[in-house]
Amino acid sequence: MLSDQDRMFTNLYGLHDPFLAGARARGDWDGTAAVMARGQEAIIAEMKVSGLRGRGGALFPTGIKWAIMPKVDTPIPNYLVINADEGEPGTCKDRDILRHEPHKLLEGALISSVAIRAHVCYVYIRGEFHAEAEAVQRAIDEAYAAGLIGKNACGTGWDFDVYIHRGGGAYVCGEQTALLESIEGKKGMPRQRPPSSATVGLYGCPTRVNNVETVAAVPVIMKRGGAWFAGLSAPKEGGSKIFCISGHVNKPCNVEEALGISLRELIETYAGGVRGGWDNLQAVIPGGVSVPVLPKHVCDTVTLDFDALKEVKASLGTGAIIVIDKSVDLIDTFARIEHFFMFESCGQCTPCREGTGWMMRILKRMTEGRAEPEEIDLLDSVTRQIKGYTICSLGDAAAQAAGGLVRNFRPLIEERIAQYKAGHREPGATSGRAAANPVAAE
Amino acid sequence: MAKNDPAAVGAVQPEHFAFDAESEAKLAVILKRYPPGRQASAVMPLLDLAQRQMHRTTGSGWLPLAAMDVVADRLQMPKVRVYEVAKFYSMMILQPIGRYHLQICTGTSCWLRGSDRVAEVCKKVAGIENFGETSADGMFTLSGVECLGACVNAPVLKVNDDYYEDLDAESTEKVLEALKHGEHPKPGPVNGRQASAPEGGPIALASLTFDKAE
Repeated sequence: MLSDQDRMFTNLYGLHDPFLAGARARGDWDGTAAVMARGQEAIIAEMKVSGLRGRGGALFPTGIKWAIMPKVDTPIPNYLVINADEGEPGTCKDRDILRHEPHKLLEGALISSVAIRAHVCYVYIRGEFHAEAEAVQRAIDEAYAAGLIGKNACGTGWDFDVYIHRGGGAYVCGEQTALLESIEGKKGMPRQRPPSSATVGLYGCPTRVNNVETVAAVPVIMKRGGAWFAGLSAPKEGGSKIFCISGHVNKPCNVEEALGISLRELIETYAGGVRGGWDNLQAVIPGGVSVPVLPKHVCDTVTLDFDALKEVKASLGTGAIIVIDKSVDLIDTFARIEHFFMFESCGQCTPCREGTGWMMRILKRMTEGRAEPEEIDLLDSVTRQIKGYTICSLGDAAAQAAGGLVRNFRPLIEERIAQYKAGHREPGATSGRAAANPVAAE
Repeated sequence: MAKNDPAAVGAVQPEHFAFDAESEAKLAVILKRYPPGRQASAVMPLLDLAQRQMHRTTGSGWLPLAAMDVVADRLQMPKVRVYEVAKFYSMMILQPIGRYHLQICTGTSCWLRGSDRVAEVCKKVAGIENFGETSADGMFTLSGVECLGACVNAPVLKVNDDYYEDLDAESTEKVLEALKHGEHPKPGPVNGRQASAPEGGPIALASLTFDKAE
């Protein structure tokens, strides 16, 4: 169990004053100028040592992401964009940082801006987070007034401006290039890559888009050292992060823990255990609904880190642990999840636009059992025709979700179909009816 | 969907819209956030501003065509580019709406913890049958929305800008009745819980105190 002294987000629950006086008492804005004075290369090197991976779900190492930025000054500006469009179902960690630790975010933004040589930062906050955006704006105003940001930030001679841009309720804008389109005043449709946003990002300028939790972790890592952070977890796993434990647990909560903690320990230590006891567990989605679901027997032993989850064909994602007990219908749950992806698909790529609807409709029928056994393979083949064939990863996520259900819960679906058939045996009914082209016909 | 049906929208469009003094002051601040020549970036904040002005002045926070046209004119954008942005983002409301927009989170975590019951209560109190409808007195419009990002405080109901969290049937009804009586119930967890900490008090972070704090 991570000790309280090793937790970065000491005001995660808002027990203390989130604003400047309280933040300073917790160590924010302490020694920032000295960290900045170490310069671009040293900051990037320290972040590489820390092993911090992007906390928005893609898990790309932050130090490497920053190192990709152009190393020489160009006539066009560089931009830092902070992704606070938190919308992955199950995830509510960035919300706590925005409302309870806004100064950590701003201090992290300033240090990050040195690493990528950006003098302007946009914080893209999802539109629904109204109170959170107000908290960040208040922190920005305080930081300007105290000379921490703005011209000659922290007395270092470095100019740094921060602006909030609020979203409009589109999940796809959490995808970094869709987010950039959205800031530019367009529909949030992801861009084809290459070029990477490191060369052609916001307004065509070199840009890095980092998640709120990633940026807010930077100050503490820089001050206590990359080696300290890396040492919190097993080697190469990347320190600690905030987990959001939701669904069928006795006490849902957010908590910061070291990566590598076992799923069961996390749930039982902090969230009061699974509702009705561990044996009442049906499944866990370990990283937001974009990540494949895990059956109970895997949950019994799996640890929450990059490699262990990869081994069971899942992912750490955003760290959103959605716990599902035996009281709900898992197929119905996934029909709803696919409805979410269908609703949020921007419609740009055919496999995603059409495929998410196909998967939802098949799963809706499978919820009743009104399907043919061979349609389980059909569903699986639909997922394979989406994954990897779309511009952004929304399609991949939708395919992974349904694919995980088929891979781990095939017997459940087969049983449902058999039950339905047993209850609806009509004389003379043709069994291969749905086989011809069952999906497109709907 | 009804939101994007031009016929449904056409019947009630006001002919005129102009930003008032309060909005103009905010507008001036918004425009300074973006570099010269990139004023199109302000389209979302300006549409939001117009929608808020509608709510403040008429009690119905929606975006008439006339308002979108004013925004297009201000930002020197083709009108159609403003329309397409307004239609893309679900928080832009293109037809008249009730004074309180009840947005029930239907995301996975909320659904697992009983968002269907919250929806039932909302329908009962508002006297309506389906998502998308407005109560006869114009007080409530009910929507089912995707994940609101407050999953450890599920189920969640968003009323205009405020989150009400950790709801059950009884507390949902209390919130709605208070709104009906012109009150503004305190947003956040309705069961007295501290933000995202577990019910009954935090397990992590409990040992920390800060010398100079507060």
